[in-house]
Amino acid sequence: MDLTFSDSETAFRDELRGWFAANPPGEEPTEEDANYAWRRDFQRRLAADGLAAVHWPQEYGGRGATLTESAIFWEELGRSGAPLPANVLGVLLAGPTIMTWGTPEQKERHLAPILSADEIWCQGFSEPDAGSDLAALKTRAVREGDEWVVTGQKVWTSGAQHSKWCMLVARTDTDAAKHKGLTYFLMDMEQDGVEVVPLRQITGEPEFNELFIDGARIPDAHVLGGEGNGWKVALTTLMNERAGLGFMLQVRLRQQLDELMAEAAGRGLLDDPVVADKLGDLQLRTETLRLTAYRGLTAIQKYGTPGPEGSLLKWMWSDTNQQLAQLAADLLGPAALEAGTPAAYELLRTRGNSIEGGTTEVLKNIIAERVLGLPKAR
Amino acid sequence: MDFDLTQDQQEIKTVARELLAARSPWAKVREAADAREYGDALWGELAELGWPGIAVAEEHGGQGLGAVELAVLLEELGYACAATPFLSTAVAASLIQACGSDEQRSRHLPALASGEATAGVGTRELCADAAGAAVLVLLDGDEAELVEGFEAEALDVIDSTRRYARVSGGSAEPLGPGAADRVRAAVAAEVVGISQQALDMTLAYVKDRKQFGVPVGSFQAVAHRCAQMLLDTESARSTAYFAAWAADAAPERLPEAAALAGAAAADGGRDVTASAIQAHGGIGFTWEADVHWLYKRAQLDTALLGGARRHRAALCRIAAERVGVTA
Repeated sequence: MDLTFSDSETAFRDELRGWFAANPPGEEPTEEDANYAWRRDFQRRLAADGLAAVHWPQEYGGRGATLTESAIFWEELGRSGAPLPANVLGVLLAGPTIMTWGTPEQKERHLAPILSADEIWCQGFSEPDAGSDLAALKTRAVREGDEWVVTGQKVWTSGAQHSKWCMLVARTDTDAAKHKGLTYFLMDMEQDGVEVVPLRQITGEPEFNELFIDGARIPDAHVLGGEGNGWKVALTTLMNERAGLGFMLQVRLRQQLDELMAEAAGRGLLDDPVVADKLGDLQLRTETLRLTAYRGLTAIQKYGTPGPEGSLLKWMWSDTNQQLAQLAADLLGPAALEAGTPAAYELLRTRGNSIEGGTTEVLKNIIAERVLGLPKAR
Repeated sequence: MDFDLTQDQQEIKTVARELLAARSPWAKVREAADAREYGDALWGELAELGWPGIAVAEEHGGQGLGAVELAVLLEELGYACAATPFLSTAVAASLIQACGSDEQRSRHLPALASGEATAGVGTRELCADAAGAAVLVLLDGDEAELVEGFEAEALDVIDSTRRYARVSGGSAEPLGPGAADRVRAAVAAEVVGISQQALDMTLAYVKDRKQFGVPVGSFQAVAHRCAQMLLDTESARSTAYFAAWAADAAPERLPEAAALAGAAAADGGRDVTASAIQAHGGIGFTWEADVHWLYKRAQLDTALLGGARRHRAALCRIAAERVGVTA
């Protein structure tokens, strides 16, 4: 047991700190397109110095970073105030999925433009009637010669308006069992059969989109992992979903909590034992999340599989983030409710945390079944 | 970064789990609780293994290991809810080793490490294993002192698997910095084991118990309660082992680590063991079901920890200092 970074991990962290210090992100633009351009440019700066995807193998332009080093990268990115890279879904999800399942041609074609943010990726998994029950998805792909013709609807596709490619899971065999008739496609978004419609969320902004797919065409060469193998390939994507990024979110949580501490101190509220108790509880939750995340990393590095603690992290984070937003609203008073303020935004945006990427209820079901070995929940 | 037990520590854990399953099954715990007396056999065996001196230097007759190994044993003793003076004796010995003077070490450690003498740990109001103890470690806020020549008045508390007393008189000597935090880190480690046992018993029960024709563990309301028990147990584990590690390897982080461990264990242990009673349904409310021993021990451990609130207050204070604001 050693809860300090090794010499090489410390050196890596210091290198990153130096890089982030030398590459300040600047003020975050509020206007949507400018914001996107800002995030894309920042990723290009990272890519120019080989830092856009440190966890990727060196042969694909990464650093071959260990899980701990990758965690350090995301912690430092969060600490520096740098934006989430524009192609975060490409870097974290599409790239590793293509590395696992792709043909040599697919790897050759796609990986480099992911790193450089020249081609942005989005994720076409969820549908209006297939959220937690992903395998119930209905989007159809029908073979026509050496092409597939796709019809259906996807939802919650963040970044679709900027995307060149979509990780699309569609049903290719309606007679097969639910999980079996699916195929994973790399779909070109730049075609007539794909319409992106912004989905306005409770914050008022359209962070996500709906995707209306009507007769979109995908060459057979863009099937990933083989026809009928879509569920397995999708699981690879989903397994990557919570890696790395969690460490950035955890650092952001720490920063927001520190800001709230300062705010509370400025208002003389730390003398209030009830306030101090709640802030102390958030300190506990935030630090427990960090410690538990590192236990999870150790388990994966040593044994190849996450321990029971790994499945708890997203639940712990979303709960804590929501409670932080609530406490901020309590401490700041009506000022926290003024539209457009960070506190008001968090009060609204954090409600999505316990839904996106797996609802807390579904996570609890997964923990009960897969970690605790309980019978399938009803 | 390696947040896991070493192979040696894992072996200690396995040996302890197996030994205690054989020597301290629930029947023995119940027997000791009913008699309000520890059996000599179990304590003798633990002493034989050198466990009371696990974190005592070899020159004083100990094993020369550290706070993490102590935490591993405490977790397993908690898992068994074993009726022994192990917690107070081994923790007091580890404190004298880490925070005592040379003179205190040579005066107390050989007898404590060998199990010939026992110690008590707690406060003057509530001290575990004070009766018959050679020496006590008493906490007063963040200070800890070594007390001899005291009087112990037995307390009849809800946890009859351990002896508790009120303490008066005696001569006190101060212990060095970190002593109070080490006590809390150690008690938190016991709570991890208690919580794990409560979870394991609950899982076994809800998989087996059928109502409406199906195992009750298939109902989401029950399953989600179990998931929460896991979250609380793992949170207590993450923080307790952080504190145990910090005690020896990063003393400058021990105050925060002990506050984290104390806050997580004080509430987590009570919540998990209360959930165990609830998930067992009617049977959980009976004396025979044994989960009540865990609930009672968790309540007393929370009292020994000084409650969660003081630790959350400490966490707020420490964070305020780090952020550069004052409470």
